[in-house]
Amino acid sequence: MNSIIKEIEAPLLKTNLPKFDVGDTVKVFVKIKEGGKERTQGYEGVVIKHTGHGVGETFTVRRVFQGIGIERVFLVHSPRVEKITVLRRGDVRRAKLYYLRQRTGKATRIKEKLGGKKITANISANAPAATPAAAPEKSAATANATSAPSAEAAAPAES
Amino acid sequence: MTLGVMGKKVGMTQVFDENGLAIPVTVVKLGENIVTETKTKEKHGYVAVQIGGFAIKDKKLNKPDLGNFKKKSIAPLKPIKEYRVDDVSSFTVGEALKVDDLLKAGMKVDVRGRSIGKGFQGCIKRYNHGRGPMSHGSKFHRSMGSIGAGTTPGRVVRGLHMPGHMGDDNVCARRLTVVRVDTEKGLVLVRGSVPGADGGLVVISASITKWNQPK
Repeated sequence: MNSIIKEIEAPLLKTNLPKFDVGDTVKVFVKIKEGGKERTQGYEGVVIKHTGHGVGETFTVRRVFQGIGIERVFLVHSPRVEKITVLRRGDVRRAKLYYLRQRTGKATRIKEKLGGKKITANISANAPAATPAAAPEKSAATANATSAPSAEAAAPAES
Repeated sequence: MTLGVMGKKVGMTQVFDENGLAIPVTVVKLGENIVTETKTKEKHGYVAVQIGGFAIKDKKLNKPDLGNFKKKSIAPLKPIKEYRVDDVSSFTVGEALKVDDLLKAGMKVDVRGRSIGKGFQGCIKRYNHGRGPMSHGSKFHRSMGSIGAGTTPGRVVRGLHMPGHMGDDNVCARRLTVVRVDTEKGLVLVRGSVPGADGGLVVISASITKWNQPK
């Protein structure tokens, strides 16, 4: 990429992003405006596409809601995307999981990726204090995967 | 055309506005834009200001052109453009244009450039004509249709859309919004796309519109 464009984009890029990939189940916290008031809404689903680079990097999250598949595209570095938490790592053999669109029910399950880095270790990269704190929470994370990462991610924000 | 500043198209990217929405922008790196000559009614018959775009090496110019710059003791510049103005008293030869005064965030600008050449193209790409069926026995695929009646009028009307060279034209993208001006780095961010390839010469000038007031 051009160095001038890189310079313009540099302050816009987020540094504290968790590592996530296609196949992961993520929760995206999106700021939405409702009648002049701003609030954060969570959106949970499977990442089926992760593309682009720099400021234009996007990912698509698919979830099935009341029998209807919904896919939302998020700009990774958008200020409206407040936070991304990885709930479950998926083991997939495709870069784009478009095949999920044709499947329903049990067929949409994705194998969990075991081994490698623990989820808790990837939540916030820029907070060194989080590393020792993550150790006792590891057992909690495996037992209750939905609540533990969000609680853990809130801790560096306060400090 | 109002006074314009020359620059080179760097490329496109996105920035975020205060609502967090992504705005597509084209980055333009401005040139030196130094006044090389002022033309007066008495001497030249018209009032204009002549501006040199980018600093270049001496060997890029021929001897007569280089002599011109030597005489005025200005570093050689290329290309040179002239703009008609009402009054030249505010311009001094050898001084750079003040970009701060000409371009402000929020104002509307026209951006002129030379579009990317497409070569010899048919009517479908060049003028958005439709095409015929590609199969089912059809022999009419992408060619032109009829170009007119027979004996009356006995000729092809002028200006008929026909295949030919496309692109590599002077194109003006009108009423684009200036998103940001960085005079320190000589960068201008214009909302939307701008004619030409990356690295191509573009001229940014204020649009003549009723909206052209900085916010």
